[in-house]
Amino acid sequence: MARVVVDVMLKPEILDPQGQAVANALPRLGVTDVSSVRIGRRIEIEFAGEPDLDTAREIADKLLANPVIEDFDIRTAEDA
Amino acid sequence: MRIGVVTFPGSLDDGDAARAVRIAGAEPVRLWHGDADLQGVDAVVLPGGFSYGDYLRCGAIARFAPAMESIIDAARGGLPVLGICNGFQILCEAHLLPGALTRNQHLHFRNRDQFLRVEATNTAWTSQFSEGQEILIPVKNGEGCFVADEATLDRLEGEGQVVARYVRGNPNGSQRDIAAITNEAGNVVGIMPHPEHAVEALTGPSLDGLGFFTSVLRSLAGAGAGGQGEGQH
Repeated sequence: MARVVVDVMLKPEILDPQGQAVANALPRLGVTDVSSVRIGRRIEIEFAGEPDLDTAREIADKLLANPVIEDFDIRTAEDA
Repeated sequence: MRIGVVTFPGSLDDGDAARAVRIAGAEPVRLWHGDADLQGVDAVVLPGGFSYGDYLRCGAIARFAPAMESIIDAARGGLPVLGICNGFQILCEAHLLPGALTRNQHLHFRNRDQFLRVEATNTAWTSQFSEGQEILIPVKNGEGCFVADEATLDRLEGEGQVVARYVRGNPNGSQRDIAAITNEAGNVVGIMPHPEHAVEALTGPSLDGLGFFTSVLRSLAGAGAGGQGEGQH
């Protein structure tokens, strides 16, 4: 069954305090060579029939992402 | 005057908002998110809380509720709408107001009494204040950091659409200390702190919040028999 995967990320110019908090915790793991962490969201959509990228794009644009602060990418992915 | 207060699944402050409406001298009308019928109310308050559990983004799912579809249409026609906290987030998600509310910069939930400076008194919800007046009302949010691109921020300031700013400390990192904004017509206002929690001495830090609710009564009375007035053009 093919599904559509939507990745939503904050726009680069929008501050990501969650990502910063994770980055600041990394030295506690002994990791010191990471310069930036940014956190987004992955959404998987399964259609009853063939995956419809246009509909998925509309869903992403209207609901899954807020275009004021976020960008999104859409792709199809096959199950293993 | 009849002022609607919408209850979404996860609304918390609908009861306090209805009480503030009553104390201001109007009749509160409880509206249900799943019902597109606004029952002929003269204005609407979108209360604070965590509609739909803040799933996806705060306000993102509430924006598509049947009641919101009606409110979006009516607001474009001039209906006064006040969004408080989660209500402000819903108004931004509905694109009735520009910008967005994001995670507090310091990641902490902030709950305290907060001073604001009222900067725009020509809106439907702030006419009873004087320009530059400092007021004290509670703030309580985890995602109250107002962001917009520089051009939008410049436009908001240039057009007098910044309704209130945080003073004596910014609780969430909002750009340019913005606590409340309005649309171009002045009928839609979004505010992150909670005026409905500052309407009587027993429970609030002041009575300063009452001015938002008495303001809308005055602007509705001013609109007179002609109904919603200039917003119709």
